[in-house]
Amino acid sequence: MIFLRYAVYRLLTMVMTLWVVSILIFVIINLPPGDYLSNQIAELRATGQAEGVAKAEFLRKEYALDKPLWQQYLIWVGFVPGPQGYSGLIQGDFGWSFEFDRPVSEVVGDALWLTVLVNVSAVLFVYIVALPLGVLAAARSKTWVDYSAAFVGYLGLATPNFLLALILFYYGNKYLGLPIGGMMDPSFEGQPMSWAKVQSVLLHLIVPTFVIGTSGAAAMMQRLRANMLDELSKPYVETATAKGLPPARMLTKYPLRMAFNPFVADIGNLLPAMVSGSVLVSVVLGLQTIGPSLLTALKSQDQFLAGFVLMFVALLTLIGTMISDLLLVLLDPRIKYGERAR
Amino acid sequence: MAPLISVEDLTIGFGASAPVVDGVSFEIPEGRTLALVGESGSGKTLTCRSILRILPGAAQLRSGKVLLAPENKDLLKISDRDIRDIRGNLISMIFQEPMRSLSPLHGIGDQVSEVLCLHRDAGRRDAKRSVMDMFDRVGFADPERTYRSYPFELSGGMRQRAMIAMAMVARPRLLIADEPTTALDVTTQAQVLGLIKDLQRQTEMSVILVTHDLGVVANMADDVVVMNRGRVMEAGPAAKVLSTPGHGYTRRLIAAAPLIPEVAKPANASGVADPILEMKSLRKTYKLRAGGWRKATSVTACRDINLSLVRGQTLAIVGESGSGKSTCARIALGAEVPDEGSEVWFHGKGADPLPVHDLARTERLRFQRQAQMVFQDPYSSLSPRMRIGATLTEPLEIHGIGDKQTRKEIAAERLKWVGLHKDMLSRYPHAFSGGQRQRLSIARALTLDPQLLICDEPTSALDVSVQDQILDLLEGIRDRMGLSYLFISHDLAVVSRIADEVAVMRQGVIVEQAPPDTLFYDPQHPYTKALIAAQPEPDIARPIDLALVAQGAGAPSSWPEMFRFDGQSAPDLRETSPGHKVRCHA
Repeated sequence: MIFLRYAVYRLLTMVMTLWVVSILIFVIINLPPGDYLSNQIAELRATGQAEGVAKAEFLRKEYALDKPLWQQYLIWVGFVPGPQGYSGLIQGDFGWSFEFDRPVSEVVGDALWLTVLVNVSAVLFVYIVALPLGVLAAARSKTWVDYSAAFVGYLGLATPNFLLALILFYYGNKYLGLPIGGMMDPSFEGQPMSWAKVQSVLLHLIVPTFVIGTSGAAAMMQRLRANMLDELSKPYVETATAKGLPPARMLTKYPLRMAFNPFVADIGNLLPAMVSGSVLVSVVLGLQTIGPSLLTALKSQDQFLAGFVLMFVALLTLIGTMISDLLLVLLDPRIKYGERAR
Repeated sequence: MAPLISVEDLTIGFGASAPVVDGVSFEIPEGRTLALVGESGSGKTLTCRSILRILPGAAQLRSGKVLLAPENKDLLKISDRDIRDIRGNLISMIFQEPMRSLSPLHGIGDQVSEVLCLHRDAGRRDAKRSVMDMFDRVGFADPERTYRSYPFELSGGMRQRAMIAMAMVARPRLLIADEPTTALDVTTQAQVLGLIKDLQRQTEMSVILVTHDLGVVANMADDVVVMNRGRVMEAGPAAKVLSTPGHGYTRRLIAAAPLIPEVAKPANASGVADPILEMKSLRKTYKLRAGGWRKATSVTACRDINLSLVRGQTLAIVGESGSGKSTCARIALGAEVPDEGSEVWFHGKGADPLPVHDLARTERLRFQRQAQMVFQDPYSSLSPRMRIGATLTEPLEIHGIGDKQTRKEIAAERLKWVGLHKDMLSRYPHAFSGGQRQRLSIARALTLDPQLLICDEPTSALDVSVQDQILDLLEGIRDRMGLSYLFISHDLAVVSRIADEVAVMRQGVIVEQAPPDTLFYDPQHPYTKALIAAQPEPDIARPIDLALVAQGAGAPSSWPEMFRFDGQSAPDLRETSPGHKVRCHA
């Protein structure tokens, strides 16, 4: 019951944070002088294409870019009616992408869900790899297990992602017949969901997951190892040993549980790091995630597209943080939500 | 009687260096208590841990046998699986720090019943029943609630009871208690020792008690093994070893054990003399911040404190952890701001009195030069990354005293005062023993030529013989330099040596205040009586009176009518005879 109350409280703070983030994003996007349309108008004027100018001017009015910034912000979020009435983020209208000349929702479209898919699988990969390796490295510290885990880890950290991607594509294709590039077989694009399509997507996911997750897994493994080593020297480990617990059970029940806190707390940090880290990888691998669109949008000051993508990443981060906060409360009885134990 | 365990010629070492446990042999008879006595570094802990093979990774067992009756299996040779069957089952162990020896993330019930699930293949329900029974026996008022609670919800004494329950629940034949009460208050210590004794009587198990406190030995042990630097110095029945010690080392240990003196007559009341520090109606309330759904609450750490420290004397504040004594010290030093209406006055020599909590910047700096602090834990109060020279000259730099050369000279001189050599200036703290580090802390506090030294439990982290030396040092420096001490301690025996006036605190208030002689001649408050009774003495003929301890150490609402109070409604501190104040109803 108290937990539920805490969850609601956490959700409310998340919404507040998201609101503050939206202000920051809007300000940052508008920091460079000019916007996409004024740049375009200047260019059209210079080349003497008057009819284009008229269309651009129309769009400027349509999207309220002629209004002062603060009004633009309110219209963008949907707090006040714009030229077409209430149509902002809150109402589910993400705006118009000038670069692609289509609504933002159409531009990002499927990419949104593919982004979530790629990154969630990368996060899972990080945890699945880092957890056993980190624990093993700590339990057998300063033996060959520890050293080889560290070696593989540092190799993963040090290899540039795109290079790793190219290498994996080449060998994966040569020996395992893994597909190269894309999120699914081209024949499935735009098709309704089917078992074959899911299979194709999963097969295409293998290499990107590995590439995006490797460095994160290496870092996480080292962190877990360090935490575990700290915990292993604590007296309660001795108590557990003195009870007669077998080593594996002792390790997983006591020190791992303690070392798990930072591990869980990292979920929130991992998501944005992956999304922004995967932009370059997505470009190299030809993944239809929102990474490439974000890159183009930022380069051409396509403000609604950029704003939306950034808001989306922020949302992912906040959801990640919230999940880790809620998990921590469930995992650690010392964290008293609601009131303090006295 | 047949020995349950015999340790033969045990030798343990680290790396290539000389062994830290060297040829130790002893026997533990069935159903009796063996005390393993020694100072830190004597190898007593390694010895007792080797019985269960719980040794640090770098320790090497070089030779020896640990034979367990009846089959006389060598515990050092049997397989890992076999020793796991013995751990927690036939032989169990309790540790020094109950605060850290339980996993903070698992429920007490879970951690205790795990033993039964491991060794008895008990089902959850059966295990719970036995555990609750054990909780009841170790003195938890509400076993059901304890079963569900987490370690952080219990006090130190209660956690140690939970540890004992965990060690006892499988009915072991041997309990190894490694300094089980060192981290506890005296009154709690007395109760926990009483509990171990009771349980031993009921179950007829053997106990190995590892301790540095001969008072504890006298109260608990049948046999004693005295260890020093890895070797057995003396062994024998407790009564004999304590009354007629054969070895010089044992005699030194006994001599160093602090005692509450037998006092023939009360001290003469002295008139009000020249005070250096005055605390008037001191009160400190901590507010716990509101946040989220949390309501702001407040906790009163201390209240109604009126104390004055006479120049050149020592005022001691005695109490258990959480009694508010450290808060008082911090307020006296200006490190903590008391509530509105509290006053702290510092009377510098030949200067106007300074209100400690209402000082301008320059005055504050001047006050800080005159009042310094010696901390409890010499291991964490010196920066491990600074050379001793830098640590000692830093205060001089801050206050802009002298040039580089004079600062160095002052530092060297202070080292000499505390009995260390100036060659040590270029070393780092890790190169020093605990006692030496405390000397360094004292030297650091002395660099600025203060008039007032606030000592916050300066000896409680040290061995008895070292404690003795540090107290000598503090006394000597006080008398030579005319210093005044505000001395915080939980140990009445230590205080009896050094203090001119003692204030006993409980739950944020002073319950009794008098010169030590008066206090020990005629203690009136039940809590003071409990403190005195709980002090273990190295004399087998004078065991701890547990009934007296239990009565005084309970909650204030359980005290006799005359002293009883509840929450904020404490009676006033009354002067019952000249110089002797007791908090009681008229």
